[in-house]
Amino acid sequence: MASARRINPAIAALAWPLAALALLVLFNVVFTPGFFSVELRDGRLFGTPIDILNHASKVAIVAVGMTIVIATGGVDLSVGAVVAIAGAAAAMLVTRTQTPFPLVILAALGAGGVAGLCNGLLVSRLRLQPIVATLVLMVAGRGVAQLITDGLIITFEHRALSSLANAAFAFLPIPAWIAIALALATGLFARRTAAGMFVEAVGDNDRACRYAGVNDRAVKLAAYAFCGVCAGLAGLVECSYIKAADANNAGLFLELDAILAVVIGGTSLSGGRFSLAGSLAGAVLIQSLTKTLYMHDVSADVAPLPKAVAVLAVCVLQSPRVKDRIAALFNRGRA
Amino acid sequence: MIRVARRHVPIFTTLTLVAVTYLAGAIAYTNFASVGVARNLLVDNAFLAVAAVGATFVILSGAIDLSVGSVMALTSILIASLIEKHAMHPMMAIAISLAIGGVFGLCQGLIIEVFRLPPFLVTLAGMFFARGAAFVVSPQSIGIKHPFVADVLNEMLTLALPLGERGVSIPVTVDIAIITIAAAAIVLRSSRFGRSVYAVGDDESSALLMGLNIRATRLGVFTLSGLCSALAGVVFTLYQQSGDPAACKGFELDAIAAVVIGGTLLRGGVGSVLGTGLGVLLLGLIQTIITFQGNLSSWWTRIVVGLLVLAFVALQAQLSKREE
Repeated sequence: MASARRINPAIAALAWPLAALALLVLFNVVFTPGFFSVELRDGRLFGTPIDILNHASKVAIVAVGMTIVIATGGVDLSVGAVVAIAGAAAAMLVTRTQTPFPLVILAALGAGGVAGLCNGLLVSRLRLQPIVATLVLMVAGRGVAQLITDGLIITFEHRALSSLANAAFAFLPIPAWIAIALALATGLFARRTAAGMFVEAVGDNDRACRYAGVNDRAVKLAAYAFCGVCAGLAGLVECSYIKAADANNAGLFLELDAILAVVIGGTSLSGGRFSLAGSLAGAVLIQSLTKTLYMHDVSADVAPLPKAVAVLAVCVLQSPRVKDRIAALFNRGRA
Repeated sequence: MIRVARRHVPIFTTLTLVAVTYLAGAIAYTNFASVGVARNLLVDNAFLAVAAVGATFVILSGAIDLSVGSVMALTSILIASLIEKHAMHPMMAIAISLAIGGVFGLCQGLIIEVFRLPPFLVTLAGMFFARGAAFVVSPQSIGIKHPFVADVLNEMLTLALPLGERGVSIPVTVDIAIITIAAAAIVLRSSRFGRSVYAVGDDESSALLMGLNIRATRLGVFTLSGLCSALAGVVFTLYQQSGDPAACKGFELDAIAAVVIGGTLLRGGVGSVLGTGLGVLLLGLIQTIITFQGNLSSWWTRIVVGLLVLAFVALQAQLSKREE
């Protein structure tokens, strides 16, 4: 049965996170009353699923950039710190200056891009291991964010900036639209041009790429810069949620959620093939899990424990070893 | 002319930096070169030293452990809770916590080895797990008022040295840190396990061909790292006289920074635990100078530490490029 085995890999990658999500949904149908109640008020939807979408978008936005970086065989640990930097820059601009709003957005994205470029230069030029190169900014980045805000939590009353995350468009919260648009645009660019192929090729074997005439350094540099811009965008969304920039806590542990979303989504940490749809599904899965835990009176402090167990379980199920075992079981059944 | 082997360049750089930083502090600020400041430097960084020893083993073997800070918090709150809420003897509580730390590290190692998952991913999950577990033990911090901790561990075992005008007291936490560093140095230099750690970190295939048991070495390294994190948690608990589930967030980064600044190559195989000790001293000195300066905010520490790590990894990259 050759046809049964030839499943589109993009769909196969989605199987695990969607199965886990289905399990979670089933659990909530049975055990969480009111989990699925959604109502329409003032032209937008309210309810737990919408809430999950809203908060998953922040993780999803970062996860899109992270997917590309991981596909090149790297990883970016600094996204949480970059979120803090971008949020701090935006909050300072709207409170201390009269900068027009589009420029504020550009500044936040630019700050993220510059941070990403620094990471990219360290990885592509100095050939540092990605974990180490981005660790530097992870350590120093929060210091930089503190420097921008002078150690204060900057609150703001800015109409445009605060409506970014708190308003709705066509029933859904705006961050969800941003995440979807970003993923679509990235997906189109990656799959309709050669860019996606270059990224996967560099992640698979950068030396072979170089010999084939692909500028692997440029590809890596661009990947990290793009990830930085995504983190900058997430920074805007984050500070808009709470109408404040908090250099200490903005984007805290976001790098973990983003990496986990990507891994759950089926992109291999060793680089190569990537799945943006998988990462989005991973982000929704992580946020649903978090929300389910909160609704069952698990405190925000304890929630990491079951989350860690769930994430490890998914990773173990996806590890080559277990996959081979499962494949062997199926093959034996067929023969 | 003293000829310095290329692999020793980073550690000599660190030694020079420690000396220069100390001299700069002594010249710039009055009272900086006092015995009291030196004592505080040791006392305030004892738990960092212990945690960094564990991180040295892991990094030498070519892996990474991100669960350090969370395991420290778990240990600290567990000890406090066992003593205060369950009326357990402090030594028993400490022994249980150390055992849990070791088992935790072993489990991480097993998951990494059996399922071939990347260490940073598994220890990232471990970091979440231990942090959550710490809050399960107790959501609030617990002060330790047991007389044994105050009288025996913190009073009797304190060394009074006749230095300076009023003499200095060295608490037991500093002794633990120094003994840990010394023991780790001996293990790395002269034990079978220590040599395997270097071999596995330098070139896994060669180590395999030499007939070394790579899997056992890896498991040993992660068990040791969990044990060191737990011991660092014990030192932290004695230092703070309390347990706090929210403590030591991001502390693994400080530990890794100390290891890198101490001249250990992040790709594994080259480095020493004495270098790590120097790295801890340098981090402590920077913190002290920023405190002495007064008008610099504490986040400057993060930036300076980040830049230092950057400088050292760049130096390593240059050195290994020339070796090739």
